Amino acid sequence: MASSAITAVAEPVFHLEEEHAHAEGGSTMLGFWLYLMSDCLIFAMLFAAYGVLGGNYAAGPAPKDLFDLGLVAVNTTMLLLSSITYGFAMLTMDKGRVGATQAWLAVTMLFGLAFLSIELSEFAHMIQEGATPQRSAFLSSFFTLVGTHGLHVTFGIVWMVTLMVQVARHGLIEANRRRLMCLSMFWHFLDVVWIGVFTFVYLMGMLR
Amino acid sequence: MPESLTKFIFGRLTLESLPLHEPIVVVTFVVVALGGLAVLGAVTYFKLWGYLWREWFTSVDHKKIGIMYMALGLVMLLRGFSDAIMMRLQQAIAFNGSEGYLNAHHYDQIFTAHGVIMIFFVAMPFVTGLMNFVVPLQIGARDVSFPFLNNFSFWMTVGGAILVMASLFVGEFARTGWLAYPPLSGINYSPDVGVDYYIWALQVAGVGTTLSGINLICTIIKMRAPGMTMMRMPVFTWTSLCTNVLIVASFPVLTAVLTLLALDRYVGTNFFTNDFGGNPMMYVNLIWIWGHPEVYILILPLFGVFSEVTSTFSGKRLFGYTSMVYATIVITILSYLVWLHHFFTMGSGASVNSFFGITTMIISIPTGAKIFNWLFTMYRGRIRFELPMMWTVAFMLTFVVGGMTGVLLAVPPADFVLHNSLFLIAHFHNVIIGGVLFGLFAGIAYWWPKAFGFKLDPFWGKVSFWCWVLGFWLAFMPLYILGLMGVTRRMRVFDDPSLQIWFVIAAFGAVLIACGIAAFLVQIFVSIRKRKALADHTGDPWDGRTLEWSTSSPPPAYNFAFTPVIRDNDAWFDMKKAGYRRPLSGFKPIHMPSNTGTGVVLAVFSVALGFGLIWYIWWLAALSFVCLIATAIGHTFNYHRDFDISAAEVTQTEEARTTLLAAQG
Repeated sequence: MASSAITAVAEPVFHLEEEHAHAEGGSTMLGFWLYLMSDCLIFAMLFAAYGVLGGNYAAGPAPKDLFDLGLVAVNTTMLLLSSITYGFAMLTMDKGRVGATQAWLAVTMLFGLAFLSIELSEFAHMIQEGATPQRSAFLSSFFTLVGTHGLHVTFGIVWMVTLMVQVARHGLIEANRRRLMCLSMFWHFLDVVWIGVFTFVYLMGMLR
Repeated sequence: MPESLTKFIFGRLTLESLPLHEPIVVVTFVVVALGGLAVLGAVTYFKLWGYLWREWFTSVDHKKIGIMYMALGLVMLLRGFSDAIMMRLQQAIAFNGSEGYLNAHHYDQIFTAHGVIMIFFVAMPFVTGLMNFVVPLQIGARDVSFPFLNNFSFWMTVGGAILVMASLFVGEFARTGWLAYPPLSGINYSPDVGVDYYIWALQVAGVGTTLSGINLICTIIKMRAPGMTMMRMPVFTWTSLCTNVLIVASFPVLTAVLTLLALDRYVGTNFFTNDFGGNPMMYVNLIWIWGHPEVYILILPLFGVFSEVTSTFSGKRLFGYTSMVYATIVITILSYLVWLHHFFTMGSGASVNSFFGITTMIISIPTGAKIFNWLFTMYRGRIRFELPMMWTVAFMLTFVVGGMTGVLLAVPPADFVLHNSLFLIAHFHNVIIGGVLFGLFAGIAYWWPKAFGFKLDPFWGKVSFWCWVLGFWLAFMPLYILGLMGVTRRMRVFDDPSLQIWFVIAAFGAVLIACGIAAFLVQIFVSIRKRKALADHTGDPWDGRTLEWSTSSPPPAYNFAFTPVIRDNDAWFDMKKAGYRRPLSGFKPIHMPSNTGTGVVLAVFSVALGFGLIWYIWWLAALSFVCLIATAIGHTFNYHRDFDISAAEVTQTEEARTTLLAAQG
């Protein structure tokens, strides 16, 4: 009883005596998640556009005339492998091994570049056959959806190079770990989007 | 110079692009140029460039960025309103064979620019500015989560505004209406630069808006002072949170759809064309999936303002805090389920139209609950009819009418009659002026003393208030009547002379609103002149209830010397009641973010990129894009982005306030 009486008369606390610092970058992960979700919405719109326009061939070529599923399977493998190797980079980062992290990042980048090269050669082949983005609404939405994903991968690779330079300069300091974590989320996100593209555009396209 | 070289350097920009044949535009240009030169000259003469650059342009302080947003909104309001009054004048005189004074080419640009500017560059900066200034103070934070991003967002918004303003004097603006529906906005029907100005201005500003949305969500989720649980947040913070969720979940849609339109125009794709399988109605669907949440982005923060104002000036805790929060959340969700009511006439069939009609009507339930909550807060309160409270009462009376005409339009058969008529125009001006603008004026009058340390002059405020309120009713009630008589929107000349009287009354209303705007500017000017007499040294001029009133006015850079601890809703009222005493010693150094000019630089490159794309100046577009990326990457190489305000400096600032408070007695 006595102790509760003392509590009752004690001065209420209205502020912290000690400096209450929000940890540097404490909001970064949440912020980056929100950014990814906004980006996801852009892709959702492009998927929706493809859903609406994907059958409008305008007497032009259809998916069956254009897609080479074998090539797309190889391409998908490249991107999925790059996600695994990025995962290895993060594991080595957790152990604080700078060299191994850089090596895994480099491998990831190579897979990413392979993915882009195959995609670009696929695009070049289609355009050569007259299946240009201007040919039909189906091709407009196809090139825009797949191309936007490709642009994201390109941007991811530029980002990766930047981070590799920064890790080489400063090592795996807190700020760099945070940045690698963001790029990791970005990279896996692109993988998830690609699985959507592979299923919705390529596989379902062959069934149309 | 050979033609190919000129074409390479200037793209499609030629001397003919300058609208020298339009006397009205030339006169406007001369006035704007002289005014601009006068301002630039004054800044140079008083040697203010260094001060502005160091203390404002490069500032990452959320309070200063908030104030800069408000200044941008005010400047653009003048431009947007000039367009409005020009349209009113044209429609009032273009009868009996008169063509009025605006040709079709000019008139079409004016109604497009009016809509675009008022929504994107007046309402959005005002709302974002208010949230930026108030939210961190209300939650006891020292800044937002990402201070640099905040500065960058602001300058991107300015960049968009600059592109819109440039279209007035270099080339032309879109002639498509504010949402630029294809196929009219496609390259075949709008081959000129107007739609390109529209696209790139909105894309540049859109980046800023999306990033600032992410920033404020993180701030509210992560930076609240200890003890402030979600259900202890002030209502304005709650409505800001919902607004920013809406921003992040809708602006990417706008970005995507404008990108598709740009691809149609630049690359020749067929998303929204009439042939090759394109589908123009998909554009209308997509843009309204952004557009409808957008109107709630604008109104929700003002619902927050009205809640704060009603509770403060009634001297009571807000009635039904919990229901207010849930009503806001319900509105947030429902705003995504109603977009099709903007085009019931698309022909999607009775079932689809019924669904969207019913969801639209359901939104009026949480909104009505809010109105009742405000009324019950006032009931048996000690109401002080200061300026913010006057705006709030005017809002309640005006907004309810706008809400009811909205429910009327939500009935598909009625909408088939009223679609695209002046009834619709009257409806949305009724809710945007009566809701958003009145709320902004309430908010400005309410938080001005917090931002600057002196109140706004009440006399000129009341002049402005009465001019605005009466002007609004005079300007828009005739449009309801005209709309019911079947007059469609965006008309330049009229055949039926019996309609003229209503347009004359509406024009008179617009003149009254002009007086309201002038009185508002006079109010600011007079208040600055009389700032000694109007000064408030307590930091709490209205007997406020939320945390922002616990600190000084204007607040120090660090907002709070010690992080506050929250025990109740209405934290500051609770502190006052429990005999809170300001701490006078024991100050510690405070960690703060440093200023940076990178945001300005990035925005400049973005404007150059936009300008290059608009005029097909490909070298400029490529160059500024490379510079943009290089600057952004370069910025990430700077790891030292913060500094400490020393304990001595904090002590000095706080002691100065102690002296001031003691002098007050």
